[in-house]
Parts: sequence; C-alpha cells; structure tokens
Amino acid sequence: MTDTQISTTGVEAEMTLLTPRQIFRKRLLSHTGFLIGAGLIATIALIALFAPLLAPHDPYAQTLSARMLPPIWAEGSNPDYLLGTDQNGRDYLSRLIYGTRVSITIGIGAACIGMLIGVTLGVLAGYFGGIVDHAISFLLTAQLALPGLLLAMALVFIIGPSIWVVIGIVGILHWTYYLVVTRSATQRIRSLDFVAAAVASGATPRQVIWHEILPNLFSQIIVIFTFELGIAILAESSLSFLGVGIQPPTPSWGLMIAEGKQAMFYRPWLVVLPGICLFLLVIGANLMGDGLRDITSPEGRNE
Amino acid sequence: MLKYIALRGLLAVLVAFTVSLAAFLLLNVATDPAYAIAGEDATPDVVETIRARYGLNRPLPVRYFDWLGGVLTGDFGESYYWHKPVAELVADRADETLKLAFSAMFVTILIAIPLGALAALNPNSWIDRMALGVAVSAQAVPNFWLGLIMIILFGVMFPILPVSGDDTWRHFVLPAFVLGASSVPAVMRLTRTGLIEVMGADYIRTARAKGFRGWPLLRRHALRNALLPVISVLAVQLGQKFGGSVITESIFAINGLGRLALESILGADIPTVQMLIFVFAIVFVAMNLLADILNAAIDPRIRIG
Repeated sequence: MTDTQISTTGVEAEMTLLTPRQIFRKRLLSHTGFLIGAGLIATIALIALFAPLLAPHDPYAQTLSARMLPPIWAEGSNPDYLLGTDQNGRDYLSRLIYGTRVSITIGIGAACIGMLIGVTLGVLAGYFGGIVDHAISFLLTAQLALPGLLLAMALVFIIGPSIWVVIGIVGILHWTYYLVVTRSATQRIRSLDFVAAAVASGATPRQVIWHEILPNLFSQIIVIFTFELGIAILAESSLSFLGVGIQPPTPSWGLMIAEGKQAMFYRPWLVVLPGICLFLLVIGANLMGDGLRDITSPEGRNE
Repeated sequence: MLKYIALRGLLAVLVAFTVSLAAFLLLNVATDPAYAIAGEDATPDVVETIRARYGLNRPLPVRYFDWLGGVLTGDFGESYYWHKPVAELVADRADETLKLAFSAMFVTILIAIPLGALAALNPNSWIDRMALGVAVSAQAVPNFWLGLIMIILFGVMFPILPVSGDDTWRHFVLPAFVLGASSVPAVMRLTRTGLIEVMGADYIRTARAKGFRGWPLLRRHALRNALLPVISVLAVQLGQKFGGSVITESIFAINGLGRLALESILGADIPTVQMLIFVFAIVFVAMNLLADILNAAIDPRIRIG
C-alpha cells in the first residue's frame, strides 16, 4: 500500500561490471531521497548524542525572571535564549535539543520490540504454513481491528506513565507491518533451492530459520524498522500530547506542544518549533525507509 | 458469492469475540482496575471496598462472561465516572463522531483522488513529484500538531472558520480536514498506481485508437477500473477514522466518542473505555467486511479462488 515511485536512475547497464556491494553503495549515493533522509537522521542522532555539549542551558533549570521570552527574531528577545523560553522560564532550545533523546530512545526501543514480535510470528507463519499460518493470520486480523491509540492511552494511563511503559506499549502494538512482510518473504525463500538443499542435508527447522531464512530477511527488516521508527515517534508524541505519555518535566516534543497549547495564540513558536522537530525526524526516517526499499529491491518496488 | 460472504462474516464475528476478550484482558489483567479508580495513594481498605462495590472481587472468567452477556443484550454496564449506563453515554455522543468521520473521508476523497489521477496522467512530471511530496510530508506531520496549526491560522490570522465546538457544519470543516489529511497519502498512492496500471492496459490503447482522449477517456474507461481497489481502501480508512477521532475531537472540542474516550481514560472509567475499544473495533471489522464483499462483488477471481 505504501509503495513509492521514485524511479532508479538508468545506471543498471554499467553496473554489471561491479560487485553487488559496489552497486549497493552507488545506488545509495545516487538516491536523493535516501541522502536527505539519512542526513536528517544522522544530524538528529548527533544532536542527541552530544546534547550536553550543544545545549546552552540546563533543560530543567527554571529562571522565573525569564519566563515566556520570544525567540531571537522577535521583539523583546534575550540573546541568552536563542529560541526563547517556556512558561517556566526554561530555555526552549535546550529542551528541544534534549527532546531528541526522548524521541530517538522511544523510537528505537519500540521499533525493536515490534520487530521481535512481528519477525518471530512472520517467520513461523511463513515457514510452517498450515494451521500455524492460519492462527497467526487470525491474530493479525484481530490486532489490526483494535484501535491502537486508544488502547495505548488506556494502558499507559492504567499501568502508570514512564518512558519504559511507553516504549513497551507502543512496541507491542506495532508489529503487524513486520509480520506481513516477513511472512510473505519467508514463504518465497522457503521454496528456493538452497533451503531445499539445507533440509535435504538434515538441517532442523531451527537451523534453516536461523541460517538460511533470517539472513535473507535482513534488508527487508531494516526497511520496516526505519518506517516503524517514524511511526513509533509519532505515537509517543501523540500520547505525550494527550497527557498519557511522557510526563513533565521531561522534555518530550509532544508534551512541549501540549504545554505550549495554552499560550499558542500569543506565543505560537511554543507549538510550532517542537512540531517542526518532530516533522524533520519522522520525514527523515520515512525518506530513508523509502530509499532503502528502492535500493534493496529495485525490481520489487511496488510490492 | 453467498458462501464467500458467509465465511467472511463468520471470520468477522470470531475477530469481534477475540477483540472483546483482548480488550477485557488488557484492561483487567494487565492492571488492577480497583487501583486505577482509587488512585495511587489509596489505603488497602478503600481498594477492597471499591472491589466489592464494582464486583471486581469475582473471578476473571465470571466477570468476562458477565460483561459479554451484557454486551449481547445491549447492556455495557454502568460508567464509574458519569454514573450512567455506558451504552446511553456512547449513543448520545455517536452522531458527532459519525459526522466527523464521514466529512473527513469526503475531504480525503476530494484531495487524494484528483491529485493521484493528475500524478498518474503525468508520470515523473512536476505534478507527480509534488503529489509524492505531499504524500511523504503528510505522513510525517503529527496529526495533533496540524490541528493546532490550523487553530492558530484560522483562530487568529484568518478568522473565517470556527476553531472550537460542534454546533454547525462550519465547525466541522477544519477537524474534517485534519482527520482526512491522514488518509491522503495511502489513497493518493493507490489511485496513482491503479491508474498507471490501467492506462497501460490494452483496452485503453484500443479506446485511444478509436479517438478517445483526455477527460472522456478517463471518465468512461480508465477511472472506473482504477478506482475499484480505492473504494475498498476507503472503507478500511473510514473504519480507522473512528479510532482516529480521539485527537481531532479533543483539539477542536467536538463532543463525540473520541473525546469521551479521552475523558473516560483520564477518569479511570474502565467500562466506558472497554465499550469504546469494542465499538471502534466492531466498526473497523464491519468496514473490512464491507471492503471484502465489495472486492468480491467487483472481482470474481476473489470469491472463487
């Protein structure tokens, strides 16, 4: 359903002389969407890594004399606070910088949990087929029917909001995409000769799955992981915005938007800036995913 | 055809039961609802009293079948928070959400199908690239943020549309746009791929040879076939709109089911949350069933194979 139509450049012909690895690198470097996405993700990851060095202030420090300062381009700003301050007098730039850590931690954590569940079920359904496949497909149908956001909100609220609860719940509600893709890929790989050869030479199902199937699923799993990263980050921001995710005073972008909402008519930057950060991070992940998909399966782009 | 529908219907009923069980277990086993009602600082005595009052001291299977029995007779229990029958609460608020969901789908169709068609007719042109750009961006914009930006724009800068409430149809314009925008990427891409595929088909070449060009060709020959898969995806997307109403309704102060969901979660009102999860899931299952039947009615290969 989410196919992309970025056409690969017509360099296929000259690539016949190169090794697969060289072809892969060449395709990566000639894919504009991938380069933009990877650039965004790399920049944001570096900001997250070096947040303490980059942030001009402590993101939690409240300066009551410097509340609600506007950003540097507006009248009445203070050059100490480049992007202004929030209602508690905390430096907005520093909070945005530390917000990268929250989003990336939750995105990676949740996408990993979803991957564990989805890939396990997908490989089992695709490899064993029959009743196992039917049971897992039924589970998929039921999961798709559940209203994810509502369930996540209810569970986070009842269990008690913390970063680990949010990661766990967003993760266990986002595995269907992994399942759908790995199931059909496993079915395809299973019918290939080298799997038949492994089975004929006495390999157990466990050995076939670990040594023949999983290594061949790697590129597809990475593609979905990249997309799920963006989906999980959006899910966390929605939960935090609604008050059933990350709790104050942690700088989560979704929560910052909720906190800025009260004053948004007079100080729109409180809402606009964290939203732009979220947009850049998520579009970075999506562009990277689109690019990786085009590059790893140029013949099967529209699957 | 009837056999196919019966099988799909049976599957839908099974899924509905599974979903009801899952919702019940997640809300009642993953945590203790008595603590959620009493609050974190409650003494064990208070928690025990609450358990007895709401029948939470009975074994789980008894509570599940009690609830399920009620559901089958239309009784979803009493709200802990509003002290009213849950079914009544939901019935009171359903029409606002229905209005929102359908107007959101209307917006999706209005934006996604013309854009997808224009992109398909001019592959790799600037319009195609722009359509792809819209799709990629719309997927990355947080829905609640888009809603707030609309409120800032239309509440302060261009005060031509109301930004809060649900009194007139004009109140639904912005919420429908925000909720509808989230379905635009999927529907647009499907329209585009479908139309490109159809435009390459032999019968279109024949029509072209007979002198059909432009809009008549599109309307009489291409769109009909290209839009068939889109219709079933629209049904599925409509099913998702109900669950998606939570954010839109709370931002635009629409007194529908989504807002009820947020209020009942924050009020630890488990019976209401449970019913809403169930109702949203049923709507989704029903819409999927509708999509399956539509597909089978359109394409005989599905119901035979």
